Amino acid sequence: MYPSRFRYESPRSIDEAIALLQEGGGEAKVLAGGQSLVPLLKLRFAAPELLVDINDLPGLGYHTVDPDGTTRIGALCRHADLERSTVLPTRQPTMAAAAPLVADPMVRNRGTLVGSLCHADPQGDWASVVTALGGHVVAQGAGGRRSIPMAQFVTGPFQNALGYDEIAVEAVIPAPHGKPAGGYLKLERRVGDFATVAVAVAVERSHSVVTRAGIALTGVGGATINAVEAAQALVGHPLTARTIGDAADLAARAAQPRTDHRGSAEYKRQVVRTFVKRILTGVNEPTRKAA
Amino acid sequence: MTQARDEIKIGGLGASRKRVEDNRFVRGKGRYVDDIVLPGMLHMEILRSPLAHARITSIDVSKAWQIPGVRLVLTGDMMAARNLAWMPTLSYDTQAVLATDKVRFQGQEVACVVADDPYIAKDACEAIVVEYEPLPVIVNPAQAVAEGAPVIRDDKENQPDNVVFTWEVGDKAGTDRAFAQADVVSTLDLHYPRSHPSPLECCGSIADFDRSTSKLTVYMTTQAPHIIRAAVALVAELPEHMIRIVSPDLGGGFGNKVPVYPGYVASILASILLERPVKWIEDKTGNLISTGFGRDIYLRGEMALRNDGKILGVRMYTDSDHGAFFSDAQPSKFKIGLLHSAFSCYDIPVAHLVNRGVYTNKAPGGVAYRCSFRVTEAMYFQERMVQAAADDLGMDQAEFRRRNFVRDDDFPHRTPWGFLTDSGQYGKCLDVGLEAIGYQDFLTEKEEARKQGRLLGIGISTMTEPLGAGNSREYDILGIKMFDSAELRVHITGKAILRTGAKSQGQGHETTWAQIVAHELGIPAEDITVEEGDTDTAPFGMGTYASRSTPVAGAAVSMVARKVRAKARKLAAHLLEVSEEDIEWELGRFYVRSAPDHGVTIQECAIAAYSNMPDGMEPGLENVAYYDPPNLTWPFGCYIATVEVDPQTGVWDVLRVVAVDDCGVRINPMIVEGQIMGGLTEAYAMANMQFITFDAQGNCVGSNYMDYLLPTAWETPGYELHEVVTPSPHHPIGAKGVGECATVGGPAAFVNAVMDAIRDTGVRNIDMPLLPDRVYEALTKRHDVSGAPPVRTDDE
Repeated sequence: MYPSRFRYESPRSIDEAIALLQEGGGEAKVLAGGQSLVPLLKLRFAAPELLVDINDLPGLGYHTVDPDGTTRIGALCRHADLERSTVLPTRQPTMAAAAPLVADPMVRNRGTLVGSLCHADPQGDWASVVTALGGHVVAQGAGGRRSIPMAQFVTGPFQNALGYDEIAVEAVIPAPHGKPAGGYLKLERRVGDFATVAVAVAVERSHSVVTRAGIALTGVGGATINAVEAAQALVGHPLTARTIGDAADLAARAAQPRTDHRGSAEYKRQVVRTFVKRILTGVNEPTRKAA
Repeated sequence: MTQARDEIKIGGLGASRKRVEDNRFVRGKGRYVDDIVLPGMLHMEILRSPLAHARITSIDVSKAWQIPGVRLVLTGDMMAARNLAWMPTLSYDTQAVLATDKVRFQGQEVACVVADDPYIAKDACEAIVVEYEPLPVIVNPAQAVAEGAPVIRDDKENQPDNVVFTWEVGDKAGTDRAFAQADVVSTLDLHYPRSHPSPLECCGSIADFDRSTSKLTVYMTTQAPHIIRAAVALVAELPEHMIRIVSPDLGGGFGNKVPVYPGYVASILASILLERPVKWIEDKTGNLISTGFGRDIYLRGEMALRNDGKILGVRMYTDSDHGAFFSDAQPSKFKIGLLHSAFSCYDIPVAHLVNRGVYTNKAPGGVAYRCSFRVTEAMYFQERMVQAAADDLGMDQAEFRRRNFVRDDDFPHRTPWGFLTDSGQYGKCLDVGLEAIGYQDFLTEKEEARKQGRLLGIGISTMTEPLGAGNSREYDILGIKMFDSAELRVHITGKAILRTGAKSQGQGHETTWAQIVAHELGIPAEDITVEEGDTDTAPFGMGTYASRSTPVAGAAVSMVARKVRAKARKLAAHLLEVSEEDIEWELGRFYVRSAPDHGVTIQECAIAAYSNMPDGMEPGLENVAYYDPPNLTWPFGCYIATVEVDPQTGVWDVLRVVAVDDCGVRINPMIVEGQIMGGLTEAYAMANMQFITFDAQGNCVGSNYMDYLLPTAWETPGYELHEVVTPSPHHPIGAKGVGECATVGGPAAFVNAVMDAIRDTGVRNIDMPLLPDRVYEALTKRHDVSGAPPVRTDDE
């Protein structure tokens, strides 16, 4: 790997990191897991002047569920930590379903959930999951912290809402009100391939009636797609073949796929429809690899 | 019986001995080209063309020269001044080293920078300003021969169009007569998509020219070091004895490391000009977009059939895409490799094949990607046509094959396109395969599943292929006959070193060659060092590709060991004080026929060769053998796959894969099985995901491992391996080639299985790769899905 020349800093505190980002004046990049940034450097698609490596910052590797049910994921929590998590399978089934499907084992050992959200790849997995769960990102800058809802955090392909001197320090999933269920299905040509299509579905139910629902789509648009209407079609009803079918059709309609070498637009819509149906039909069964 | 047991004990024939080379590989101690660091070494980078077809209007290298640490900037004009802008290819064409007039494919070499480190070299490449005037782009044979198509090779005289060659074999009139008598004519149009051998280690070289000795040493990634030495001598006009090519450990080859690449040539010139070692290590994108690819052939296939299932004749019309330069690595006599080995396992009276090769604005190459020169395409076309024919006749696909197989007592058998097959038990292999998969039970299961809307399918692929080029009558590369060699030196203590003209790149020669010597001489395999790849020490050979090592170099190992044994016999006679005629040989020992307890070991003979030779005998115990095989070897493979297709997504899962291989006598069964599993994995990859395609502008899609997919352990199916052994009648130990059988025969098994699963749609063909969306399209639209996967966009 022969990237362009860059300066490398490894700060020991968040304040120091933010100061370095300010010094970089928009020409600095934060290095966390590096699983997207390093390939970009290698290919010289990205040539930042300064890399601010946050791996030595203390206390960011956590993922926890608060007593009130809120789930927090620190900026240095690796995909593999989530894959091996003992709390997620019961508390956040949609996240638990997605974790083992992110990239491949090597990427999961280094890559981070928060980094994946910041990278804002339309084909990224976590943005859909966090969107479906109604989560937000906590950004820290010189002026303190602010919360950015996931639906506003991704502003376009590979673009996020962070200021140049802000660091995303945490992702937060609000506490579910009903019993959480859901899943994540992904069609990929091979482990580690980007998703041809992936679908995240999260529902909360109380006495079998859906009280909250989120459906988000990966790989079928210029950014993660929040299929709000599809999700709304589920709320207030029990999950039946009809409501599931309606949600699946609405999700397929919300998709904005492009025809490319991974498949035609029409095909991708069909896969969205199939996956929404399969997840909702089997919400109480463990999710399996779809393809 | 005792002898067989003893032979396993010393690591001889049939021992599943662990690979000795792995000792260093698993410890990270392999020594690849990039591991070699020479004092004062500089680094070279290549600037490649971003466009597929464009005239170069100017190249400005002034900014590159200004970067500190830059030692040399090479352009096409500088190469031309030394008569090195173009080089000959292995197929009697020419290829640009650095572009002078225009670029002809995306990724073509335009300039080189040599600098103190690779970072500087890369920065300097980016500082070179090249102005291009884009030209119309051709990305497939249909465009190449279209009226008014731009001529890609306007550098060549007598090249008015884009046709490289037309090559014809067989009996046209006889085939026409067979078709006139047919009850049924089955036709099929197929495309075997372009793929890339993609060894994990990319290509690279370190050229080290020493002015004081005039010696040029080149460490490089090559499967054929001696051919390279000859080529360098001719191209660079250097005396051959002053050239040393060293091919160290290779991280895979698969045919990709047979041709001569511009990077090698440029690094050599740079070292001569700078009088310092110059290292060039290609990156993955460079390897995928510019070096020898595999396949890329379109077929129109026709089969004349009698109602009872007999094949009367076959026609194959093929269009092959060779990219911008015809630099296929193949025997001179055959323009499209051994494509005409198709249908060799079937008893077919007459056949006709015409191939038209064309230039396109794509990377050149056409190497034998894990196959014996286009045999992979031949057998894929064959087995897809066979399945279509069985369907057209309404016959069971296994039964149709059985009826047309060459029978066991019909050897030697002349194939319709002139090969001579010599051995096999085709029917038995098929039976073993059908039994293993539970053929009848699966057909029942499939029918039950069908009633529930589940789509199961079974695919069969059977083939014999010509491995081990060559014999010198028919096979040569650039006029050099395709024999091979081995040199064996037994040391005073009975240990030995063996060198051959082959070059392992993962095949395990260090292990298996020692086993052949152990078999012939009774010296334990662990007492034998095997060395390859250094032209200063190894005997001349044609290298390793086309599954030729065991058939040719392996045979030479046997023969040289027998020569050594013949001398050892004289030494034994001397030591035992009897005449040679009174001596018998058993593994590792000579003894007196009339007194079997009275004997000497091969090790004792070795000591005597240096310390107690009879009067008049030349001291030492060593020899060399050059082996010219009387024929190719003809292994047989039967591959059967079962699959389930998801009707909602088109995703197909492999349920089981059964492989029955008859590669004759197995030297190291474990290595053979490893080769078959690797081959099946590449077959699965080809059927499923591994392809390189191009958009209308000639941009390569598949230029890195994000787009060019190699299967991982996760998606690779499990394999059930079986064997039948029919020894080669002419190979000294009865072995046949095997390294490529499963890659060659495997793809059709997977595709036939998927086509079987969707049989109810009436769809005859989906071209590889069987991506889920292509299968879904066939399922829902009920039409064939043909051609290279299009790089479709909504904008078109």
